[in-house]
Amino acid sequence: MEASLSLAAAPVRQKTHWTERIAHVVLAGIALVLLCFLAMPLAAILVKSVQGKDGELVWFAHFIDYARTPSLFSSLWNSIWVSGLVTLITVPLAFIFAYALHRSCMPFKKLLRGITLIPLLAPSLLSAISLIYWFGNQGVLKSLLQALGFDQIYGAVGIVFAECFATFPHALMILVTALTLADARLYEAADALGTSKLRKFFTVTLPGAKYGIISAALVTFTLVITDFGIPKVIGGSFNVLATDVFKLVIGQQDFAKGAVVAILLLCPAVLTFAVDHFVSRKQTAMLTARAVPFRPRPSRGFDALMTGYCVFIAIMMLAMLGMAIFASFATFWPYNLTPSLKHYIYGLIDNEVAEGFVNSLKMAFGTATFGTAMVFLGAYLLAKTKGASWVRTPVRLLAMLPMAVPGLVLGLGYIFFFNAPENPLNGLYHTITLLTLCTIVHFYTTGHLTASTALKSLDDEFEAVGASLKVPWYKTFFRVTLPICSPALVDIARYFFVNAMTTISAVVFLYSPETKVASIAILNMDEAGEISPAAAMAVLIAATCAVGTLLFSALGWWVDRRAQAWRTSSR
Amino acid sequence: MTADPFLSLRNIYKTFGSFTALSQINLDIARGEFICFLGPSGCGKTTLLRIIAGLETQSSGTLTQGGRDISRLPPAERDYGIVFQSYALFPNLTVAANVAYGLVNRKTPRAQVEARVSELVKLVRLPGSEGKYPSQLSGGQQQRIALARALATSPGLLLLDEPLSALDALERVRLRQEIRALQQKLGITTIMVTHDQEEALSIADRIVVMNHGVIEQVGTALEVYREPATPFVADFVGKVNVLPGRLEGEHLHVGSFRLPARERVDTARDVKIYLRPEDVLARPAVSGAGFAADDPHMFEAVIEKIEFLGSFCHVHVRSDAFHPHRLIVYLSLNFLSEQSLAVDSPLRLRLMPERMRVF
Repeated sequence: MEASLSLAAAPVRQKTHWTERIAHVVLAGIALVLLCFLAMPLAAILVKSVQGKDGELVWFAHFIDYARTPSLFSSLWNSIWVSGLVTLITVPLAFIFAYALHRSCMPFKKLLRGITLIPLLAPSLLSAISLIYWFGNQGVLKSLLQALGFDQIYGAVGIVFAECFATFPHALMILVTALTLADARLYEAADALGTSKLRKFFTVTLPGAKYGIISAALVTFTLVITDFGIPKVIGGSFNVLATDVFKLVIGQQDFAKGAVVAILLLCPAVLTFAVDHFVSRKQTAMLTARAVPFRPRPSRGFDALMTGYCVFIAIMMLAMLGMAIFASFATFWPYNLTPSLKHYIYGLIDNEVAEGFVNSLKMAFGTATFGTAMVFLGAYLLAKTKGASWVRTPVRLLAMLPMAVPGLVLGLGYIFFFNAPENPLNGLYHTITLLTLCTIVHFYTTGHLTASTALKSLDDEFEAVGASLKVPWYKTFFRVTLPICSPALVDIARYFFVNAMTTISAVVFLYSPETKVASIAILNMDEAGEISPAAAMAVLIAATCAVGTLLFSALGWWVDRRAQAWRTSSR
Repeated sequence: MTADPFLSLRNIYKTFGSFTALSQINLDIARGEFICFLGPSGCGKTTLLRIIAGLETQSSGTLTQGGRDISRLPPAERDYGIVFQSYALFPNLTVAANVAYGLVNRKTPRAQVEARVSELVKLVRLPGSEGKYPSQLSGGQQQRIALARALATSPGLLLLDEPLSALDALERVRLRQEIRALQQKLGITTIMVTHDQEEALSIADRIVVMNHGVIEQVGTALEVYREPATPFVADFVGKVNVLPGRLEGEHLHVGSFRLPARERVDTARDVKIYLRPEDVLARPAVSGAGFAADDPHMFEAVIEKIEFLGSFCHVHVRSDAFHPHRLIVYLSLNFLSEQSLAVDSPLRLRLMPERMRVF
């Protein structure tokens, strides 16, 4: 009787300790930030796309209108085939490189791998600027381009070429991970059965890397279709979706059509996100705890071939960066190539774009500091505290959402949302604060995933032990969790820093003359025909990112050394 | 049991969606008792421990500890120390800092903290390890430190969640004896979750045998072993022979035996008889020093298989008396060799009807 009564009653709810309330408040705060600076701006795009001039609901009128504009429609097609072509070129190139890194015994693996990361240190349009120096109207190798049958570098050729460089490291990273997951036992089994090398490749290697290849292809496609800087610099009169958005919104102030294009750009990104999510679940299932990591065996001819290939790719990468550096120091391209600091001094400082560089540094440090704090705290509270379940699911979803939102779309959403006079947050518009917040949100997901992975490796009972000893969660957080996760923290901060220095797509809509950042300055100078100072600025950014990365690595090394006392002895 | 139990659970239910993890749990634990929750994995024993700790919340039911209703209190407001299977030592803190973790928060003077830490480290027999990091210690040593950390704040209740499962066999036996000695020395009420019956039988004052989210039996080791309340308990704790039988009127029929039933039944029914291997006695088959010839519980058997376990063996025998069922008998190695018994040797055995459990 008693039992049946108690079953019918509402389930017992534990009282909340006041320290837990702090956790709930902080989590709610993070939810609020993500809501205001991610969900609402995105919603603003959706609203704008179905609103008429006076705010009335016009359903799909703008979409239909868009479909009837032939010039816009051709941009859509251009975007698709260019992105497809880049994907078809980059993914196989990156796959061979990844294969060489993981399956051959070629020398200098670390160095070669490091060189391929160069494009990540500069805004993507650095490669476009370099291409102009190599193959442009006054380019060194213009005749080679023409011998290949291309009229000029401006247009689709330039975009495809430059994007291949810009996306290579992204594709490579995914493919290296996919190949690392290989289980040596499968190869041993194949060897025991006397399988030929070619057959092993098609029956073991390729199926094993299948998901990685799909993922790399989708990521490459999305990066290209949503990239703004490269088509802007080298696209000439070749229109793509990303440049259309800019022209529609900034040039023609046609917000409604801009919103329609933004939604089109959102589609491939959302698709990529969904497939990637599905794929990553499959892939982790493949690698069991018992898998034996693959160790390549030396094979002279194969290793030499692979080394040759990788050196070639590395030289191409260096040529891109090298040309930008060389040109930025050349006194007057192409007539006077004696090195000077002219473009750095007159081009940058006198053009008052040096201020932009300072702004960039402010933004990068702000993003690295506040972004890392927010991301880590958010991931921690989600993973290790209890209660307030109503706020957990929204935060979890919003933390993953930025991965699916191209920067251009996010920036557009910010205009619609923060530029509205009735928005109380309107005062933030054009400020460095908003630029910083936008960048944090833009790159939130990767940071969140890094933090979550690091937290997952910690014993779930730490918090339980803390509570049983009556130590509040925040003390355990500062005394235990944070010190253990400090390497991940450094990684997240470095990621935020580099991306804040190099990002263009989101912030291009949000700056004012006072808050212009360095990467935008490159774009403006290029537009004004001042390509040499533009190159100088791009090189400056790359150098800053390189120095920043080195500093973060030093910090990481220091953190690691401090942790060595308790870590290494376990092995 | 006692008029004023230290910890008392009333009608605890726990459901996860449509799955009932715990149902109608009622349990009283006296101050200073050592209780083991024993059961197969998934029986709800760990869930029950976590409910006592406040790490999970029961769907319904109440808990009182030391006269205080703790049903809805968060972990930090309850009074217990806990040790997990994974040790959960903070890897970046030294042994001393780990043990002092709960003390520092209570604004205890530093010298006092240090004194308490060295006292505790001595208590768990690891003096001098204060400056080491957990990764420099073996599994058993780490678990000792986890124990010291849990005891540091002198809690009223010690919860142990499979503390020995991650250790190797030798270390497991050594540490369980130490835990028991420590518990008796401090007189702290202790609940230990385990799936290892030997562990439970050897150290618990009382064992709570659980299965499918319900308590099957609560009793001392001897009670649980000798007088299992349910077939599950008989089967789960120790080894047992299960024989089909029939209750009819005043008799229990099993094999060719007709034994007096404990009480008369009006309608005959088929039953299962649970008989421990050691409750079948063996006597030398040849020499006269054995059972009386007319002993009604005696039967002849032949050895079919000998399963060597060390000083004792599980001897599988067949007998016309129980055909076609086989019996397992527990015999000492010495007995087997003295009687030069081997496979196919005849053997004279005697049932102990008073030890049979009928379900």
